[in-house]
Amino acid sequence: MPSLSLKKAIHSSQPAGPMVSAAIEASNLGREYGSHWALQDCTLNIPVGRVTGLVGPNGAGKTTLLNLATGMLRPTAGSIRVLGGAPGRGTEQLRKVGFVAQDTPVYAGLSVADHLKLGQHLNARWDGDLAASRISELKLDPRRKAGRMSGGQRAQLALTMALARRPELLILDEPVARLDPLARMEFLEGLAQAAAGRQMSVVMSSHLVSDLERICDYLVVLVAARIQIAGPVTDVLGRHHLVSGPSVDRSGLPAEAEIIAAVRNLGQTTVLVRAASAPQHQAWTVTRPSLEDVVLAYMSRAGQGTAEGPATQGTEMEAAR
Amino acid sequence: MIWLTFRQFRAQAIAALAALALLAVAYGTTGSHLVHLYNASGMRGCGSGPACLSRASTFIDAMKADQVYPALFFVGIVILVILPAIIGAFWGAPLVARELETGTYRLAWNQDVTRTRWMAIKLAGVGLAAIATSGLLSLLFSWWAGPINAAGGFPNNFSQFVRMTPLMFASQGIVPAAWAVLAFVIGVVAGILVRRTIAAMAITIVVVALLQFLWPSYVRPHLLTPDRATAPITAVSLNSMLVSSHNAVTVAINQPGTAQLPGAWVVGDKSVTPSGRQFFLPGTATSVCAKGSEQQCQDWIASHHLTQVVDYLPASSFWPLQWTEAGLLLVLAVGLGGIATWRIRRLLT
Repeated sequence: MPSLSLKKAIHSSQPAGPMVSAAIEASNLGREYGSHWALQDCTLNIPVGRVTGLVGPNGAGKTTLLNLATGMLRPTAGSIRVLGGAPGRGTEQLRKVGFVAQDTPVYAGLSVADHLKLGQHLNARWDGDLAASRISELKLDPRRKAGRMSGGQRAQLALTMALARRPELLILDEPVARLDPLARMEFLEGLAQAAAGRQMSVVMSSHLVSDLERICDYLVVLVAARIQIAGPVTDVLGRHHLVSGPSVDRSGLPAEAEIIAAVRNLGQTTVLVRAASAPQHQAWTVTRPSLEDVVLAYMSRAGQGTAEGPATQGTEMEAAR
Repeated sequence: MIWLTFRQFRAQAIAALAALALLAVAYGTTGSHLVHLYNASGMRGCGSGPACLSRASTFIDAMKADQVYPALFFVGIVILVILPAIIGAFWGAPLVARELETGTYRLAWNQDVTRTRWMAIKLAGVGLAAIATSGLLSLLFSWWAGPINAAGGFPNNFSQFVRMTPLMFASQGIVPAAWAVLAFVIGVVAGILVRRTIAAMAITIVVVALLQFLWPSYVRPHLLTPDRATAPITAVSLNSMLVSSHNAVTVAINQPGTAQLPGAWVVGDKSVTPSGRQFFLPGTATSVCAKGSEQQCQDWIASHHLTQVVDYLPASSFWPLQWTEAGLLLVLAVGLGGIATWRIRRLLT
């Protein structure tokens, strides 16, 4: 799996002595549209140097959160700081944060070369060599108008523009949502390669775990306007267990364990349990869940509206309620 | 940011330059021949006086003999009068609306450039282009129409199309440039408010047209203090009598027996009785003017010893009025531009 080695390359290059420890720090952050809360009680502390996957179903509030982080939106409640600064305020803050917005907007009437010139004229730290080499690697014709390119090419152009600004934090809002599987893979590999060996934090949203699995080492699950779980991927996986047997109930589980979701199928019950250590029982089979298992369990729990709660935080993974 | 502003404006700039070049050829070639006609009629260095009046009509007749000149004269007025609405709709309205509509604002606002700077440079860049385009066209047409202005204006029934009349005033001098930049900013603001290019274009055209229509009645007359002229109303002056729908009687200027105010723009004209009250015809069916002949009516009015009282801006106030109006329009444009920038900072947040 090439993605595995890429993953290692990214994470071996954590920033040495960062000025700020949080890429995104939110406290009780909320955003209301009319009487509808798109995001509520969001408390979050994404450390720098991480590649974070923000996952949740459509309409969960992912775009709202990312727009708040880039200053495209202002909060209705709570506060958010990005790399220690107020999002979107002033040239310094803008310089630190790269944003590939939803649907990867580019100017349909401008050519690839025009876009690179645009980046050069509008940004102090523009890396023209990086931009040019990415464009040639992608085999994009510099004279081609962006409006005549495929969705995948447009996404790559938008990514190139964001990368060449050399941001400390790169935020991507569903960059691959509209791409076909091949373009999707190429985009993600391009992103992983670019992030590798660079002191850059990445936050990327998607409604598909499989998109994030290959490059992310930090996970935030957002469902129904609330954060369900947030933490490093290894911690998240280490604290969740897939337990199956003819019948699985609370009585056999450790006191601190929490059932996130349960599925009954042909006399077999499968339960996703959150607990510090794996539950032991002679009638049960306990396996390590995949990231997708965990994310889907939280999505279905929140979707049923049974266990909405405040954000779980960091490595502690405290039970919400 | 300046580069991006002009790169995005390139197509419109090319269209404007092409139109300017075409008009420069049309007015440039005919304009020099118009000057030739003017000189040939002996108008040059003629000054004023009865001899010049006849030379002026010689020139005007020679000019009207070739249909090209009257056509270009009115086409020029029409172009310069509708140009602000065109600039507002095609340069102003899409400036921000298209970015909002296509979502590219999310790319533009996530570069190092702050939204304030982005908006300010776009407004300044395209605004200056609007001033330049309209200013150059006005300069061209003002030069072309110069001989006609000097000969007392284009003849029109009782009077002439002189530079001070509303349509002519808005199509010569520096005022067209100021209207263009105001209309441009109106377009930008409309685009920011409705966020749809086509709707913003339509709104811009309506707003600019309405403003242009109301301005000569409600704003321009108050920009400078008008002069006042009086003349006794006699049977002779009543030959040019007009009766309004509410029975007010007025007589035209520059007609035999009336106030002589060549080139002036009349902002108020009324007939006053010796006691100082405005004169109205009796509306009754038995009055002289209702059942008598026209001559009987005029004789009856003349017997009241009325005085014509005219408030006017003289021909000499053309440039002071131009500067005042242009200044006011520019202040409005800058103020609206400030509002646009303020809205952009808060937009969608």
